[in-house]
Amino acid sequence: MERVPVLSLGDALLVSIQVDLQDNTVLALQEDLAERIVSTGARGVLIDISAVDIVDSFIGRMFASIAALSRLLDAETVVVGMRPAVAITLVELGLSLDGVRTALDVERGMKILRALSDRRGLPVADELDDDLVPVAEGGGPAAGA
Amino acid sequence: MTTSTGVEELPIRTGDDVVRVRQLVRARAQEVRLSLVDQTKLVTAASELARNTLVHGGSGTATVETLTRDGRSGIRAVFADEGPGIPDVDQALTPGWTSGSGLGLGLSGARKLVDEFAIDTAVGRGTTVTVVKWTR
Ligand SMILES: Nc1ncnc2c1ncn2[C@@H]1O[C@H](COP(=O)(O)OP(=O)(O)O)[C@@H](O)[C@H]1O
Ligand SMILES: [Mg+2]
Repeated sequence: MERVPVLSLGDALLVSIQVDLQDNTVLALQEDLAERIVSTGARGVLIDISAVDIVDSFIGRMFASIAALSRLLDAETVVVGMRPAVAITLVELGLSLDGVRTALDVERGMKILRALSDRRGLPVADELDDDLVPVAEGGGPAAGA
Repeated sequence: MTTSTGVEELPIRTGDDVVRVRQLVRARAQEVRLSLVDQTKLVTAASELARNTLVHGGSGTATVETLTRDGRSGIRAVFADEGPGIPDVDQALTPGWTSGSGLGLGLSGARKLVDEFAIDTAVGRGTTVTVVKWTR
């Protein structure tokens, strides 16, 4: 079974799906992501599906599950790059993907993650605001005080 | 009159087999120049039906062939298993109904995504689902 690699980018996780997804690969990705969100403290997950040529009900459910579980672990998920033919097919299949945030491409997806994270007062990726002291890092105010 | 060429059969015993079925259906759909949207619909239907053959039927086969009729081409895909069969086909075709832990959208969704759809099933004997998608 092939595994989908999960990359860390600042405090976001980046998943670019480049393989033909069989069901066990889908389940493994879900588990890997849950573990990585916790171990890295990631606040955002970006899933790039621009190379994915079909999304059936099993794969579609994965997006909804990842969105739900990341929320439980205090992170947000954005799915980017869905092909038009895939979107048309998903609608006809009857899968609405309620609760799954989407964006047209990686850049816009990162923008969404940053905006969400700003609202919480925490930085994502390399968008560190100079005025903010990252609370989880370096053991507190010593550096700035 | 409908003529059929290039019959190919694949086993469905593992998740990787389901991926191979998708790839074969995609290749054949491209060969007859189905539009990209129609290819995507057919491959998605095939993915759902191949998974059903594996998960509900236990294992089985997919048979793919190219059809021609009145100057149009099409792809027929047949998913066959000798599993438990479907006791109530109407119920199984109800969107959202599942006997297991799925979403219950595979069978109903596959029917919407293709031009022709037929189920032949008998309890204790097995299930065969046939789909066809034609060029426009
Ligand atoms: N090949 C099959 N053999 C036996 N039962 C089947 C088969 N295909 C579908 N079914 C039945 O029809 C139901 C609906 O199928 P489907 O819409 O694909 O939903 P799901 O696979 O998510 O349960 C299944 O839960 C199962 O009970
Ligand atoms: Mg199914």
